[in-house]
Amino acid sequence: MKKLNSYENLKKLVGSHYMQAKTAHFFNQKIGWVSSGAPVEVLRPFDIVTVYPENHASICGAAKQGSELCEAAEAEGFSRDLCSYFRCDRGSTLLGTSPIGGLPRPDFLYGCNNICGTILKWYEIASRHFDVPFLFVDTPFVHTTMTDHAVEYVAAQLEEIVPYLESLTGREFDEQKFTETLELSKTCVELWKKTLQFGAHKPSPLTCFDAFTQMAAIVSLRGTQEAVTHYKTLNEELESRIQKGIAAVDNEKIRLLWDNIPVWYAMRGLSELFENHQACLVADTYTNAWASAALDTGNPMESLARNYLEIYLNISMDLMLERIIALIHQFDVDGMVMHSNRSCKPYSLGQYDLARCIKEETGIPVVIIEADMVDSRTYAEEQARTRIEAFLESLG
Amino acid sequence: MWCGIDIGAATAKLVLLENTVVAGIIIPSGFDTVKTAEELVEHGLEKAGILRKDIQCIVATGYGRRMVPMADRTVTEITCHARGAHYLDNEVRTIIDIGGQDSKGISLDATGKVTDFVMNDKCAAGTGRFLEVMARALEVELGELGTLSLKCEEKVAISSTCTVFAESEVISYKNQGKKKEDIIAGVHEAIASRIYAMVHQIPIQEKIMVTGGVALNRGMVRALERKMEKEVEIPGDPQIVGALGAALLGRESQSIKKGSFS
Repeated sequence: MKKLNSYENLKKLVGSHYMQAKTAHFFNQKIGWVSSGAPVEVLRPFDIVTVYPENHASICGAAKQGSELCEAAEAEGFSRDLCSYFRCDRGSTLLGTSPIGGLPRPDFLYGCNNICGTILKWYEIASRHFDVPFLFVDTPFVHTTMTDHAVEYVAAQLEEIVPYLESLTGREFDEQKFTETLELSKTCVELWKKTLQFGAHKPSPLTCFDAFTQMAAIVSLRGTQEAVTHYKTLNEELESRIQKGIAAVDNEKIRLLWDNIPVWYAMRGLSELFENHQACLVADTYTNAWASAALDTGNPMESLARNYLEIYLNISMDLMLERIIALIHQFDVDGMVMHSNRSCKPYSLGQYDLARCIKEETGIPVVIIEADMVDSRTYAEEQARTRIEAFLESLG
Repeated sequence: MWCGIDIGAATAKLVLLENTVVAGIIIPSGFDTVKTAEELVEHGLEKAGILRKDIQCIVATGYGRRMVPMADRTVTEITCHARGAHYLDNEVRTIIDIGGQDSKGISLDATGKVTDFVMNDKCAAGTGRFLEVMARALEVELGELGTLSLKCEEKVAISSTCTVFAESEVISYKNQGKKKEDIIAGVHEAIASRIYAMVHQIPIQEKIMVTGGVALNRGMVRALERKMEKEVEIPGDPQIVGALGAALLGRESQSIKKGSFS
């Protein structure tokens, strides 16, 4: 895979993000641990330093430390069937280790159950451990359509959080800064959408493995100028690849769609395997989860509520199917690869039914591989390889 | 002459192909895959009475496919089984391959192209290994299981899916004084259920061909037919279908030059 120049930029950006977090207390800044699907925009006007345990766990996974950290949590009594992001985070807290030496101690936790119910228990455990408050936003599941009362309910919770944050930080809520954050968040999401949209070009200038790496900023730095600047540069690079006819995978013959969280510790092996078969994973359902609708800065809380309610893991299988089919057409793919992720139940439950529906409705074949996002003990590389190769042979 | 080598978990197979199958060899997969592959080729050459230079192309398949140094290319066993089965009977639409360590279902279209497939994951239930474990627990030869099970009078029920737990069940039936034949029939039914549940994920269309070493067990095949309520076809030598497919793919890719592996 041809490495993007923006990869170095991103490394610096993520590095300085964690450096800032590590030094935050020294500069009297408050640290919040935030779940990936939480409306972070509300925190930004208070100059709170945010870190994402999920992003941190993915870094542990990519550094192949996931299983070891998971085992530490299991030794404390947590079941191996629980989310490996949770186990990894818990293990890192217990051992005080990780590729970045563990996350800095939080002053509060901020989580939202739009990605899963595990977040609730995970953050409760962290809350007891660090003896800090847990701000929780409850997002009702969207079964068919988003109801007005669900939007009002979420917006009201966001309003309620503001006075708490004022007392925590000793600052007043700055409307002006909030609007600026929303603008930045909106711009960032638009740029990210554009990044992913480049995958529709034939041949694609990026693969989903690039997107998995590049997503760090949209997850962790949404609503900041740094993220906006980064994605502008990234998009210029992708644009220039297209101009120069540079493809992410030479002689792209097969275009594929990926489903679920990446197998962080096996990214290189998998990307090489696909590349060797001239197959490019041009899009995925995961990174598209952050390509949400445009925020309405005139009506911030309601607009945030809407966006965070309809994220991919908070919608029914019928709605998921609609989105998958839209991606299949938009990116003109030949097949779909589903990662049945041992840890992530909301993402993996129903994949076999989804696969069947996709085949019936689009005629696109689907292959399912079993793995886990960071716990490599569940992954049998050779078995996954045979499935993927056989699938690619049948498409070739 | 074209050569297909299938290095499976339990056995390694070789097929030499001219206009028809010239030689089929089956040996146990040793620890050293490279040596096993060399041994296969040596046996094959001897049996066919040809020299190494007479072989135009070697295609390797199976779990050990990437450890066959003399192979010109590698193809997965799924594509190879489909090709081999289609060659033997072009009306086959579903293949159930039950090997030493994995079992799989393959759907193919009228041209022999794979349209869907499913494999067991991280579990030995529903594979030849399951039968090996039970044969050992019952002190019978693997090859006797089929014949014995056909003499069953009152089949026992094996409820565990897991091979290890199922073995405990078999041992407890043994200690209850149940007949070997009845226990074996129960074992076959357990495997048949497991395979059926898996293969059911793909469309089971007739004709159905069962390949792999377990297809040699008549009792097992009967149990599978009963479970699916459909008849299946067993090729003359069910173990070499993958190697045959590999040899065929080698022949086709050379004649078409830019061959599609399907």
